[in-house]
Amino acid sequence: MIALFASLLLFWLLLNGSPAGDVVMVGVAASLSIAFLFRDGLAIFAEWRPRALATTVRYFFFFLKELIKANLNVAKIVLAPSLPLTPGFVKVRTRLKSRMGRLLLANSITLTPGTLTVDMDGEWLYIHWVSVDSAEIAAATAAIVTGFEEYLEVMYG
Amino acid sequence: MDSVLGLLGGLFLIAGAAFLLLGGLGLVRMPDVFNRIQAGTKATTLGTLFGLAGAACLQPDWALKLMLIGLFILFTNPISSQVLARAAHRSHAEKSALTAVDRLEDDQGA
Repeated sequence: MIALFASLLLFWLLLNGSPAGDVVMVGVAASLSIAFLFRDGLAIFAEWRPRALATTVRYFFFFLKELIKANLNVAKIVLAPSLPLTPGFVKVRTRLKSRMGRLLLANSITLTPGTLTVDMDGEWLYIHWVSVDSAEIAAATAAIVTGFEEYLEVMYG
Repeated sequence: MDSVLGLLGGLFLIAGAAFLLLGGLGLVRMPDVFNRIQAGTKATTLGTLFGLAGAACLQPDWALKLMLIGLFILFTNPISSQVLARAAHRSHAEKSALTAVDRLEDDQGA
């Protein structure tokens, strides 16, 4: 609950961009009541481990790199006259246990080259892939999930 | 300094617009709803982020707020795409004839 309160207050301060006393007080009151009222529903945001800060930063840059690769990939397909697609739905498995870790994994997969998370069932993710290299679970997992999982495992477990 | 930031901002805006254009082209050219979502999500996310980065270079005062907007987009864009794709799949939206394999349907049929 303290972590939730701190994140909300930080958000408020960044949005306002002013350290004036009354602004901060309103922020503290609002953050405190939200953190208290929604302490269970929003607890998911407090699953992050602060000691993984360095990994989080590295994850962010890795993610940006993948996002740009994803866009060049889409550009290549869209601009090619033949529209080279071999789409399909594959199934992959994640080792991540925490809800936030899985959320970020699914989001990251959606934003990276040619893959889109369609559905989730526990540790199983169903991915739409514009160029299916392998429909086998192990191979698809290695291609789609493993890169992100290494970072997210440290950040959330 | 001003002109360097202005140039950088302009370049960011052009890059963002280019990616958004490619995303739009993808929406027209892709064969089925899932592939369209793919093209749409990635291109709009990066295109918008570049647009925000460009705006931050041109108006440095706004940088923090623009960064927060970017963060919101990074979180919400893929979620909306995922929900759209799931709804499309559940309502048996037409899949391109190219679709090689559908493990999700296989598992749900079982």
